[in-house]
Amino acid sequence: MSDHMRITLRFWRQKGPDDKGHFETHRVDDVSPHQSFLEMLDQLNDALLKEGKEPLAFDSDCREGICGTCGFVINGQAHGPLRGVTVCQLHMRNFRDGDVITVEPWRARPFPVVKDLIVDKRAFDQILMAGGYISVKTGSAPDANAIPISRKDAEEAFDAAACIGCGACVAACKNASAMLFVSAKVAHLAYLPQGRPERKRRALRMMIAHEMLGFGNCTNESECEAACPKEISVKNISLLNREFTRAALTQTA
Amino acid sequence: MELDARIPDGPIEKKWDNRRFEEKLVNPANKRKYTVIVVGTGLAGASASATLGELGYNVKAFTLLDSPRRSHSIAAQGGINAAKNYANDGDSIYRLFYDTVKGGDFRAREANVYRLAQVSNEIIDQCVAQGVPFAREYGGLLDNRSFGGAQVSRTFYARGQTGQQLLIGAYGALLRQAAAGTVKIHPRTEMLDLVVVDGVARGIVTRNLITGKIEVHTGDAVVLATGGYARVYYLSTNAMGCNVTASWRAHLRGAFFANPCFVQIHPTCIPVGAHRQSKLTLMSESLRNDGRVWVPVKPGDKRPANDIPEEERDYYLERRYPSFGNLVPRDVASRAAKAVCDEGRGVGATGQAVYLDFRDAIQRLGKAAISAKYGNLFDMYELITGENPYEVPMRIFPALHYTMGGLWVDYNLMSNLPGLFVLGEANFSDHGANRLGASALMQGLADGYFVLPYTIGNWLAGRKPGEVGPDHAACRDAAKGVEERIGKLLTLRGEKSIDDIHRELGHVLWEYCGMARNEEGLKKALAEIPKIREEFWNNSTVLGQAADLNQTLEYAGRVADFIDLAELMVTDALHRRESCGGHFREESQTEEHEALRDDENFCYVAAWEWKGEGEAPELHKEPLTFEYVKPTMRSYK
Repeated sequence: MSDHMRITLRFWRQKGPDDKGHFETHRVDDVSPHQSFLEMLDQLNDALLKEGKEPLAFDSDCREGICGTCGFVINGQAHGPLRGVTVCQLHMRNFRDGDVITVEPWRARPFPVVKDLIVDKRAFDQILMAGGYISVKTGSAPDANAIPISRKDAEEAFDAAACIGCGACVAACKNASAMLFVSAKVAHLAYLPQGRPERKRRALRMMIAHEMLGFGNCTNESECEAACPKEISVKNISLLNREFTRAALTQTA
Repeated sequence: MELDARIPDGPIEKKWDNRRFEEKLVNPANKRKYTVIVVGTGLAGASASATLGELGYNVKAFTLLDSPRRSHSIAAQGGINAAKNYANDGDSIYRLFYDTVKGGDFRAREANVYRLAQVSNEIIDQCVAQGVPFAREYGGLLDNRSFGGAQVSRTFYARGQTGQQLLIGAYGALLRQAAAGTVKIHPRTEMLDLVVVDGVARGIVTRNLITGKIEVHTGDAVVLATGGYARVYYLSTNAMGCNVTASWRAHLRGAFFANPCFVQIHPTCIPVGAHRQSKLTLMSESLRNDGRVWVPVKPGDKRPANDIPEEERDYYLERRYPSFGNLVPRDVASRAAKAVCDEGRGVGATGQAVYLDFRDAIQRLGKAAISAKYGNLFDMYELITGENPYEVPMRIFPALHYTMGGLWVDYNLMSNLPGLFVLGEANFSDHGANRLGASALMQGLADGYFVLPYTIGNWLAGRKPGEVGPDHAACRDAAKGVEERIGKLLTLRGEKSIDDIHRELGHVLWEYCGMARNEEGLKKALAEIPKIREEFWNNSTVLGQAADLNQTLEYAGRVADFIDLAELMVTDALHRRESCGGHFREESQTEEHEALRDDENFCYVAAWEWKGEGEAPELHKEPLTFEYVKPTMRSYK
């Protein structure tokens, strides 16, 4: 593999939520296959800046796939071609010299574009604010080993808790549904005995918030699971449906 | 100025009780009248905001990220310590205290560390109740593992994502209070100055990172939980957004900066691979439980690792430190790696790496067991390097990871500026000159859940709420100063990018104020940094507008502060003519090249006061006394 790849980037430019937006093209020379995709964008920005052009705005923070800040669509795929990774973990060795790569933001109504590739994902905080936690006051907890939890339940809870809230599930869904996100949180807490007292209220309130914020419904196409960098399973959505139905039949929010 | 740490009276195990009893309380009905500003929403900030909100205070929480859940606490992998002694292997609060004081190479305050060990158990209880999915045994009880610098298993963990899971817990608690209306969260909002009126911290000046709007927020106390400054080195394991600006701005307003040269270089990071690398990735220290560190015996041995026979491998940590072996503390492991690389025995293309080999553990326990423990770390390694660590040893090298130094605080976590509290990595207090693994999460949550919520009451009780409002002249002046500085940054039009300059700064610090330091190098750095500052202000470029999302502008402001901080770090490193913990002065070492402390002359906290631009900072010393853990030569042999 060449150590000096040349990549042509077609990237989205949009001044703000009300701007129509457009694509711009720029070539980046001297890309190393060991560079990450975001480091390639850093290089693009350095070049743009030195040409007197404003750099491309994109979000990133930890750059190790755990904070959920980064994320955009690469050649039509949320987080790009590799499964189970975020954009920041995607390295240029997964592309070829001479490739033309299209980069655009998550496109979903509840995630308005802030600028270029940056979208506003605060709707996720609002969904969780509706009940995505266990109500426990600081200092009032019993001894940590007071309630044994089977290893299986703890592992299932963990698998769901691995969600990083990046929004790829919404971007990948033609309905802009956030059901995978909601289900991951509901499942994480439903598997644990500590989460059970509030489980009905949680499922109801979070689903109401999901709808109010403008996310669409799930039509079981599993695109979300394919795009999820943490490989959260759609079986959580079945669990959410059960939790929601049980709650809706027996309790008011 | 006399620095009073306000350590409570009494025997060490009674100090925290005594303090909690002697402190004034705020009447429950009056709490809502007090506004507390909390900057930062990582473990320390989120846990503090949530707990203060629960108590009834009116809390304003600020983060420069789009959501509190993204704070860099999330990246902590390995675990969190507590003195539960669930493993029944001889642990106790006293032992955790002892290990932490010794691990910090006798440069931390005993009373603070003891309190940290005391509240450690409550943290685990709290987190489990919040639904943090810690690792469990088949019987359903919590599992523990061991970490560097300890001979007991006291580390609780959640696969390789302990930080993320703890933060999700604290973030949930924070959102619960946001829903209840006691906490107002301000995302994508950066603190750019501290408002001080008559020597008391009264508020902050912020910039809305989307609209560029400058605002002043006032309160009855200001809490900084803004993390560490490792990114001053450019390459570090810290996130792109980590910066020193909030702390530095408070420093310029009078808060003392303590032990800035105490930084932690983590031994197990993935080595630099690409010329434009933006950051480094940590491989959890927990890997040293099963991985064996080695380099070839012969310098310049370029054979692939698996072709090097057993007798030509030097397991140098096991050889030099037989009792702790691969689990020596981080500073010791990092220096040992540097030493073998300096001898020409480093591996990989650059020769700046050592092997971390799982061959024996895989043979002993099976691939499945290793995968269950470290699977996500192995996957991450393969993603970044393109190599499979089940088949070839990992290559690792030390990298900047954590900063023990930070703003000076007293026992109550209040800085020398009354009304300004500092929590977590942003303060200097608990880790001395070296932090032990799995202690950062513990300290962040201890400060936020269990220390500040008590001590802040003593400050607020009896004070008149809302004495200073945003219309106060000091607020207007501070806001004007921030606007002027932004205006100045936006006029910069030179040949270099801010990134170029940050990289140069990082290079100088890594070279002269990194794993090993000496007088000549530090003096050289002190000569270089002003030139970098000159380049920044005369030859860098910042484009775009003030009233817009402008990432170059944000970055420029942070790098300008990093340059000034770097100068203070080097000044501190130069003045401390001893080796201790992560601060290794080549002039002060034993015959076996171990760090040699000078307790007679340097057993103190160095707290620096800003004296103005172009002026030398003034050193204030807080003497450290050790009544319980007698300072000895730290030995892990």
